[in-house]
Amino acid sequence: MADGLQVELVSADRLVWSGEATMVRAKTAEGDIGILKDHAPVLSVMRAAPVEIETSGETVVAAVDDGFLSVAANRVSILTEHAELAADVDASAARAELDRLSGSDADDEEAQAAIRAAEARVAVSERS
Amino acid sequence: MAVSLREYRARIKSTESMKKITRAMELIAASRIVKAQARARQAAPYARELTRAVSAVATYTNVKHPLTTEPENPRRAAVLVVTSDRGLAGAYSSSVLKEAERLNERLRGEGKEVVTYITGRKGEAYYKFRNRDVADSWTGFSDQPSYDDAKQVGQALIQAFVHGIDDEDGRPGEDGVLGVQEVHLVFTQFKSMLVQEPQAVRLLPLEVVEGEEKPSADEVLPLYEFEPSAEAVLDALLPRYVESRIFFALLQASASELAARQKAMKSATDNADELIKKFTRIANQARQAGITQEISEIVGGVNALADANAGSEL
Repeated sequence: MADGLQVELVSADRLVWSGEATMVRAKTAEGDIGILKDHAPVLSVMRAAPVEIETSGETVVAAVDDGFLSVAANRVSILTEHAELAADVDASAARAELDRLSGSDADDEEAQAAIRAAEARVAVSERS
Repeated sequence: MAVSLREYRARIKSTESMKKITRAMELIAASRIVKAQARARQAAPYARELTRAVSAVATYTNVKHPLTTEPENPRRAAVLVVTSDRGLAGAYSSSVLKEAERLNERLRGEGKEVVTYITGRKGEAYYKFRNRDVADSWTGFSDQPSYDDAKQVGQALIQAFVHGIDDEDGRPGEDGVLGVQEVHLVFTQFKSMLVQEPQAVRLLPLEVVEGEEKPSADEVLPLYEFEPSAEAVLDALLPRYVESRIFFALLQASASELAARQKAMKSATDNADELIKKFTRIANQARQAGITQEISEIVGGVNALADANAGSEL
């Protein structure tokens, strides 16, 4: 394995992306995390945010919902209920969704998670 | 004679149009089943990784979680029955409902009260017709369930279970809400295109199968660091695990439903073929009988005329 990391980005209903990468950046409950080759095994709770997967040629960016990140033996699994690659995100729909969610005054945990997910989608769509 | 011939022709016609409908439904089910199987395949990686993560936590920590703890004295059990939204699928819904009845019987035998949850219109109608109480039901997604559907169902069941943790002897505990101490799941497992088996499994309290046995030497699970903590990870993991199990059951059920429908529609089409053949034979026979009778009437008439003429010539 030249690049070092075997990455799988899995959503509940399909395998979104898999391949080799040099670095993976995601956001966990404790803050941002960057994973390089030979990272110690970690199983952590992931927050909705843009995830960056750097391969030797390009950087794959995806918006993910709350989920889990597991790293072991140079194998990185990103588990989330919904994940969208940057190219698949509909920018205007994501923006409208965020506006709708931040307009409502529900602030239980679920609403917060939904807002975080929408923010991640908007951030991803603006980057591409 | 002519009237019944017309009747037979009409019957042949209606059977033929019926055959067209069942044939179309058979083809639709056949094409959807491929999609359903693909969906089940695509959902597999998530379920696999989630199971790995849960067994990693369960193997390396001794954290107790409410969702995995056996209640001491279970009095109420929830049963989720997965049925179809539409009929014309042979014995699909009735066999899963029969399995549910068996499970209910067993649970009652153990002195537990059964609380029913349902997905699918057919199951809803079955319970409504019998005037039985249903705690909650969901419809509209039986032939192509999405993860969000499974999540909705899962959250309702988990909530009922969490409410049930502090119940005592069938009375609500501190939270004042009556919950359940067990959750069972009745769905149809897709074994092959020909065989679908109704199954009853216990969903909660969870038994993480992989955690029970030591992993073999060459695939020892790594010693994970948990972030923020093992409890927090487990807390977030287990509900997802339950939802993914329900999603799996819904996907299996949808593949089974479509397979059952295809089979039922295929035999309906075959039966229509058979009926058409039978009616065509009878119609031909009736037509032939009519012709024979007409001929014999003509011949009889000619003979009678000839006899009369012969008599007058003499």
